[in-house]
Amino acid sequence: MKAVITVTGKDAVGIIAGVSTFCAEHSANITEITQSVLSEYFAMIMIAEIDKLTIPFADFADKLATMGKAKGLDMRAMHEDIFNTMHHI
Amino acid sequence: MLNVADILETIGMIREENLDIRTITMGISLLDCVSEDANRLCDKVYDKITKTAEKLVDTGVSIEREYGIPIVNKRVSVTPVSLVGGAISPEGYLKLAHTLQRAAKTLGINFIGGYSALVHKGMTVGDRNLISVIPEALAETENVCSSVNVASTKAGINMDAIRLMGSTIKRAAYLTRDNNSIGCAKLVVFANVPEDNPFMAGAFHGVGEPDSVINVGVSGPGVVAAAIRRAGDCDLSKLADVIKTTAFKITRVGQLVASEAAKRLGAPFGIIDLSLAPTPAIGDSVARILEEMGLEVCGSHGTTAALAMLNDAVKKGGVMASSHVGGLSGAFIPVSEDEGMIAAVNQGALSIEKLEAMTAVCSVGLDMIAVPGDTTEEVICGIIADEISIGVANTKTTAVRLIPAYGKTVGESVSFGGLLGTAPIMPLRTYSPAKFISRGGRIPAPIHSLKN
Repeated sequence: MKAVITVTGKDAVGIIAGVSTFCAEHSANITEITQSVLSEYFAMIMIAEIDKLTIPFADFADKLATMGKAKGLDMRAMHEDIFNTMHHI
Repeated sequence: MLNVADILETIGMIREENLDIRTITMGISLLDCVSEDANRLCDKVYDKITKTAEKLVDTGVSIEREYGIPIVNKRVSVTPVSLVGGAISPEGYLKLAHTLQRAAKTLGINFIGGYSALVHKGMTVGDRNLISVIPEALAETENVCSSVNVASTKAGINMDAIRLMGSTIKRAAYLTRDNNSIGCAKLVVFANVPEDNPFMAGAFHGVGEPDSVINVGVSGPGVVAAAIRRAGDCDLSKLADVIKTTAFKITRVGQLVASEAAKRLGAPFGIIDLSLAPTPAIGDSVARILEEMGLEVCGSHGTTAALAMLNDAVKKGGVMASSHVGGLSGAFIPVSEDEGMIAAVNQGALSIEKLEAMTAVCSVGLDMIAVPGDTTEEVICGIIADEISIGVANTKTTAVRLIPAYGKTVGESVSFGGLLGTAPIMPLRTYSPAKFISRGGRIPAPIHSLKN
């Protein structure tokens, strides 16, 4: 099972490091990463395998969102199926 | 393969355009609870509902957290109680209302629907007993919703039932006069009522349904409005395509949530209701979609045409995205629950006559409309009869949820808070239809109901 992790907001030092560390701590394996900075706006998308997650995925998503809030960023972890069903027939 | 634009589009819909799943509604059959003893009936009903829907709220919350899509409401609909309470007294029905309320509290759901009767051709003693205590039931409970089907294209219009509903609505308004007559916001009068509708206040679990079922109502007026805005100055053929594409995407999410919920709850998937359901929040309005299409304000001439096109395009886009479509499936135009509709009424652009015309081309009907508290029963019956005729003649669902706000008049408004919103009191024609209404009887079914 895969999750899509998105991070958007104002660019700052250490965003990717923070999210990567968070993933590693919970055994989420990052398989793809893409990011762009448009003027000061930061957008990163990660695909992570979550089969070996050490906590329930819903808790993982909540913790990530809380971490994002503390840094003033919008961080989300969502099951990949929501994107697959919406955009692929 | 996922691409960045698709991912960001989905996130944008959720974050900025209010995309959500409006409701996961579990339908539960109460047919196996039948008893002539009211206490025994209530015990069985409570046990059946709380056992069957035990995990409904938790499951909804888990899906919400895992998929990152808000699921606003988790609700339960039950078999119309007049079908299981045929042998009980009005007091018994009132006890049943409190039982449903208790079950709703135990489950943590915000509405339970099915305090209902189907009387399109005539009324049983049980139906009469139930309807006689609907106002008390709505006044004494918080989360119980009631509906009465008074007509169908096959059966015609039961004018005796409409007459009874006129007085029922007035009494519900009076009994909840200290709370803006909110009782009326939980009571719907229907024609051609669907048996698998997940939306309140009109949801119930039909007799042809299985023991339990999962029905899902999608939403997304904000997403459609934003897509139309982005489409810019295109012609209406192109605009219809934009709406269809957007409706397809919204519905696919609904289908995903519905099948996941059905799997986790061990209940069959019933239907997706393809409705554009507004909320009072800014950016979640059907009226604003119509204005985005090019009307100066909702209610102007051209509104019915724009709404007809919107409604049709939503269905065409949604139908391929779901394995089963049902319920009401169309754009909702509840005045108090739609920020743009409220604004249009307040500036004098949107009248009840225009709303009535609009209901000929969309679901559901004259919905959440506050009218002066001194409106007579006959006028209310006249409004119901007009609206119901539109449904019967056009073989579609129509409904009336009217709030004759006790002690209030034009220029004032009533505020219910939450999803029910705020309704400005709308002026009505006060000429009397009393003689027509008092004739009673049934208006025969239209000729085109004879299809066999």
